[in-house]
Amino acid sequence: MSAIKLTIDGREIEVEPGTTILEAARQIGADIPTFCHDPELPPNGACRICVVEVEKARALVASCVTPVAPGMVIHTESERVVRARKEILNLQIANHPLVCITCEKTGECKLQDYCYRYGVSDSGYVGEVKDLPLDDSNPFFVRDMNKCILCGICVGKCQDVVGAGAIDFTKRGFISNVGPAYEDKIEDSTCVFCGLCIDSCPVGALIPKVGRGKGRPWEIEKTRAICPYCSVGCGINLHVRGSEIIGVTADQQSPVNRGHLCARGKFGWDYQKSSERLTVPLVKSNGVFVEVSWEEALGLIVDNIEDVRNRYGSLSLMGLCSPKATNEESYLFQKLIRSLGSNNVDSYTRHCHAPSVNALMKALGSAAMTNSIEELTGTEAIFIIEADPLDSHPIIGYRVREAVRSGAKLIVANEKAVGLSDIAHYFFALEPGGALALVNTMSNVILEEGLHDQAFIGKRTEGFEAFRKAIAGYTPEFTAELTGLTEAEIRTAARVYAGVEKAAIISSAVIREEEGGDQLVLALVNLALLTGNLGKNSCGLYLPYSENNLQGCADMGALPAVLTGYQQLKEKAVREKFSKAWKIPISEKEGYSAADIFNTKKESSIKAMFILGENPAACGEEHEKTAEILKSLDFLVVQDIFMTETAALADVVLPAIAFAEKLGTYTNTERRVQLNRPAVEPPEEAYPDWEVIAELAGWLGFEWNYDSPEDIFNEMAALTPQYSGISYERIEAEGIQWPCPGKNHPGTRYLYEGRFGRGLGLFSIIELDHSRKFDQKPLPEIHSIGEHGCQCISDSMRNHSVISSMKKNRGGES
Amino acid sequence: MSRETEAVMTEQIDITAIEEIIEPYIKKKEMVIPVLQKVQEHFGYLPRPAIEEVSRLMRIPLSRLYGVATFYAQFKMKPRGKYIIRVCKGTACHIQGSPKIAERIEETLGIQSGETTDDLRFTLEEVACIGACALAPVIMINDDPHGRLTPDKIKSILDSYK
Repeated sequence: MSAIKLTIDGREIEVEPGTTILEAARQIGADIPTFCHDPELPPNGACRICVVEVEKARALVASCVTPVAPGMVIHTESERVVRARKEILNLQIANHPLVCITCEKTGECKLQDYCYRYGVSDSGYVGEVKDLPLDDSNPFFVRDMNKCILCGICVGKCQDVVGAGAIDFTKRGFISNVGPAYEDKIEDSTCVFCGLCIDSCPVGALIPKVGRGKGRPWEIEKTRAICPYCSVGCGINLHVRGSEIIGVTADQQSPVNRGHLCARGKFGWDYQKSSERLTVPLVKSNGVFVEVSWEEALGLIVDNIEDVRNRYGSLSLMGLCSPKATNEESYLFQKLIRSLGSNNVDSYTRHCHAPSVNALMKALGSAAMTNSIEELTGTEAIFIIEADPLDSHPIIGYRVREAVRSGAKLIVANEKAVGLSDIAHYFFALEPGGALALVNTMSNVILEEGLHDQAFIGKRTEGFEAFRKAIAGYTPEFTAELTGLTEAEIRTAARVYAGVEKAAIISSAVIREEEGGDQLVLALVNLALLTGNLGKNSCGLYLPYSENNLQGCADMGALPAVLTGYQQLKEKAVREKFSKAWKIPISEKEGYSAADIFNTKKESSIKAMFILGENPAACGEEHEKTAEILKSLDFLVVQDIFMTETAALADVVLPAIAFAEKLGTYTNTERRVQLNRPAVEPPEEAYPDWEVIAELAGWLGFEWNYDSPEDIFNEMAALTPQYSGISYERIEAEGIQWPCPGKNHPGTRYLYEGRFGRGLGLFSIIELDHSRKFDQKPLPEIHSIGEHGCQCISDSMRNHSVISSMKKNRGGES
Repeated sequence: MSRETEAVMTEQIDITAIEEIIEPYIKKKEMVIPVLQKVQEHFGYLPRPAIEEVSRLMRIPLSRLYGVATFYAQFKMKPRGKYIIRVCKGTACHIQGSPKIAERIEETLGIQSGETTDDLRFTLEEVACIGACALAPVIMINDDPHGRLTPDKIKSILDSYK
């Protein structure tokens, strides 16, 4: 269809058919006020403040719901329009407490701004006013419904975007209101405290408790940072007044979260202000920690490292790198460990993900999530198995909801109902351990019914014939009992997934090997290969990592067998490249992994360890055994922001700094390298972690010269093909997804277009083993705000935050 | 009705009927109004435990059900009496003294308009006009009209409803 020509405020404009008058007017910069309009919600047209005058039309029209028509002549600010808007404002403030001098929203309140703009200071209407009690029931925000103007945006966010369904319009007429059912307190509703309602309220009805009375909008400086919790990497604005963070809002410009957050991002940052933060170096003396100077602490570390190295050799030293550290810190950390003569560097958290990482490496050649989070909205079918994304990675959950609203079919196969099963077209309650049988049977059904993508299989994969033979035993009749589903249900799952062009799979990256996690991941790869759902837009495998920079931590080479960007130690050219750049010899010998140390029953050969911001002593069921191993070390250094269970075992504890205090990059689970900026100064004697590592390297005799995190990044990028086109300058506005091999390369939204990491995609044969039903443990207690499984580091942050007081098991539970 | 009486009643709600009531509407989230009507048919009003059960089984947020239920006048959120008294407050009735009629009913039953007696016999409501102006002032008790009333006739009329 051709463009539509019209005139707005005397200016001619051409727009696409279907554009609303509001959108068209905004294109030419006309400032039409709105209350109830929100671009991501269905058109509402309720508040009427956006009315405009269309010549020859009988009445004023609401611009937010009226599409443009050819030849329209529109006046957005005519006398008639202004009169109508004044009337609407008059009616609004007749029943709105004009307490602007104490209202938190003053300065960014739409009602106040529009009254100012149109000179409405006092309503001519006198009558009954609302007198509703405040809802102060929860630790996060106050609801003052006397100020509510009933625009309904919060209802749309809660019901449609998030799906918490905590609030809706209630009653009607004068007493109509927005709130939970039965006028319950928000604390007793299904609210998940994501804060979307707060960020989108045009007036002061919803106010976070944390920043009350601490600063007016014009006194606040906003710093763009990245949420430090899960691997989605939401953009957030840290609101700072003076030297204190007083609030967080979602970054509307972030391509990752587009203005959305969860409770962790909105409220979980306050651990930064905890009085329990470590601020000075500590040394254990006779079983108790005493404060020491940096010089003393570093001296002690150097003495002990050298002592252990002299007595037991370089291979007795090991480093564990935090998935919360920035890329720059991770890079320096592994460089330090390697400079000390071994490749004994790993991340304990990554070890929790090992089954899925190894399976993906084996079958596809890279462990990274294949497609971008945003691409989910373009899928035609989504298959969620053994995962609860709305809970573990809420933004992914929101995107699934968006996809379903746009018509995608949703299958959820879980042992228990999760938040997204509410909107699933098919919810299949699996028997414990039934997941693997279901996925294999789906593959078999797809083959049997000819729904597979023969061309893709022929061109892009290997191992297909052997796989086809092996899978033949998985008939729906045979696995019905194992899965707990009927034959028809299993066939439905297969047909829905394979019956569309673009289908995505979401599962959890944290499934333990002993529970069959590696097998399940391989089976899911088979399913995706079989249907050609890899290497293109809006399909793929979504196995999101738990912690925010686990992707980056691995990318930076904090791994025992590879250097940055997964460059293999065993390749001579790689070793030579790094050796030359770092001016040290690089050992060919693969280092010990966390699994080698903590899973082994044998006496460990590691005698000294440096743990950067990880908490293995509190992680998983085996944490007691892990703690014993740590205690048996000759020397343990831990750098952290809190006295964690692991730090408590250390000989020397160094204070680290929090995300809000540091400059650096994080790489989210969709490989997006994003810039995190410091908003406030670190406490007392704490220094940026990279400075501490660099200082320690100096004390150990290495000549490093870095002036800033950017220096470190540039050195790393020059050595790392996937990152080579990325610079701080390029990611200033928006992160770039690796691989980005050149300065003009736009980055890569999805992997494997044309080629898999290992060349061809590998079909894996998964033996049918009836005796091994993997026994998925009950989901952890911290349900609605925690990453399932490995969450030991986020836990230490959460435990020092207001979000630790959140009621468990919110939403989605039945 | 007192809060205590209502609480006792709420406790006694047997929600097992809900499963059967919503059976034809499972997976039809757009059918909220018919479902609520059926539930009200069964209980006489919409008891909270019943609505919570509908929410759970149909996977519709409680807030949404409550929002719909409280928007429409046809849905009653509180228990109602066996007999519904509707006092006409139309113009003709007003002129003929309906306020005094309403007042006498309130005194006799000890409840205000919109309320229900503790013994669940009567619910008192006011309506705009019942279209029987010739009989003004008029009230309806369930389907029976009682016209040309005087306050003194009220007691015997109410006594005839057991």
